[in-house]
Amino acid sequence: MDLIIEGIKKAFYLLITLDTEVMGITLLSLKVSGIATLISLFIGISVGTIVALSEFPGKKIVVSLINTGMGLPPVVVGLFVTIFLWRNGPLGFLGILYTPAAMILAQAIIATPIVMGITLAAMQQLPKKLRLQILALGATRLQMIWTLIKEARLPLLAAIMAGFGGVISEIGASIMVGGNIKGYSRVLTTATVMETSRGNFDIAIALGIILLLLAYFINLILTHVQQRVRPR
Amino acid sequence: MKRTAGIYLIIWTAVILSGVFGLSSECRAEKNVILATTTSTQDSGLLDVLIPIFEKRTGYFVKTIAVGSGQAMAMGQKGEADVLLVHSPDAEKKFVTDGSSISRRLVMHNDFIVVGPSEDQAKIRGMKSSVEVFKKIASSSNLFISRGDNSGTHSKEKTIWKAANIKYEGEKWYQQTGLGMGQTLNVASEKKAYTLADRGTYLALKKRLGLDILAEGDAVLLNIYHVIEVNPAKWPKVNAAGARAFADFMISREAQGIIKIFGVNRFGSPLFFPDAGKRAEELGSR
Repeated sequence: MDLIIEGIKKAFYLLITLDTEVMGITLLSLKVSGIATLISLFIGISVGTIVALSEFPGKKIVVSLINTGMGLPPVVVGLFVTIFLWRNGPLGFLGILYTPAAMILAQAIIATPIVMGITLAAMQQLPKKLRLQILALGATRLQMIWTLIKEARLPLLAAIMAGFGGVISEIGASIMVGGNIKGYSRVLTTATVMETSRGNFDIAIALGIILLLLAYFINLILTHVQQRVRPR
Repeated sequence: MKRTAGIYLIIWTAVILSGVFGLSSECRAEKNVILATTTSTQDSGLLDVLIPIFEKRTGYFVKTIAVGSGQAMAMGQKGEADVLLVHSPDAEKKFVTDGSSISRRLVMHNDFIVVGPSEDQAKIRGMKSSVEVFKKIASSSNLFISRGDNSGTHSKEKTIWKAANIKYEGEKWYQQTGLGMGQTLNVASEKKAYTLADRGTYLALKKRLGLDILAEGDAVLLNIYHVIEVNPAKWPKVNAAGARAFADFMISREAQGIIKIFGVNRFGSPLFFPDAGKRAEELGSR
């Protein structure tokens, strides 16, 4: 118990004194997971919408694949991304293994199916007649899609939260493709694991608390945006 | 519909590529040195002291990947690391003879210790021969926690079991964590179990552990660290100049001086003993 109190104290101490190393780690976490989430939003929402709105043979298989992807284990993603990015691997020429860029790539792969799956469900839930109605009012296809996305705002914001929450708390892929390099690719989760194995439990707890606070504030903002939407 | 999809695809591909390349161009590849090393050098904090000095002196950027010695050498064997700092002499010799390395130099040593709960049910406290110690732990059926991760510590442990002629795999009293040294010590402490640890990591973690040093000092327990440069002839993408610079730095007078006093302030005794220029065979007589 003492340890937890000590950890909480340490967390606030590190936050209030703006400890440069901890701030760097926190900002990198935010940057990596934020960019990864943005990428996943672009791909996830566009592909999710396209799949939801179009009819084609084998659609059920595609949808089930996307839904399976929502549970993609981060370590497996990490392992494959590592192997692809090895210097002598198929994408070795990029030279991005053990960089934040590799972490963004891995996290984007983890978050994309989550966003895609929720988008898909959100779009399919909209009444079918709505599409015809919008088109009947003279909207172009793009305008129609934009209107539908606006209609599905609530679940789509939930998709952002789920995607971001999935990657900011993820460790398996980050440590494999990022390498937990001090001052360069060390994020909150990988730092927590390392401090734990170093026996610095107070710092580990402090980092954990900072991670929770960060996740909370991001979700608070998103929830604020989400709930501002008038209920239909 | 199709055209929209095509436009989307182009835009998002551009976004991803620019994101990825934008971040990767932060540092040029030839300035990067990938150091694959053991968890003990990172968990003890030694590298946090040495690497910034090396980077400042040379301008290289060291990417430290802390894994077990086994995985570190596997990375070297595939040309995915430039330089290794490892402590698994038998495996290292194989690594050198199969042509994966161009140079292997002695850096430092400390020793392995057998740690366990202070109650010491197996009654090994103060025993000298590690083979006898292991025999006694096995016959007492008190829990023994193994790293189980092909690290230097794990292969040392296996060597001793073999010398003691004890079947340990699948036994009830034998558990493997598959984790680093620090984590394994935590597990052993929680389960009141015995384990083999390197002294550096143990001292660094001691304050939180309920484990005592019960057996030490056997020549078999010597823990020797070598710096190994990966062969660039075999793997052209290896940063040979960076690897050489790092290896040279590790045996330089400056680094050796730091190793000598590292940990004295915090733990009252050094965690590692510098050995540059010596031969591994000379160390046994310590």
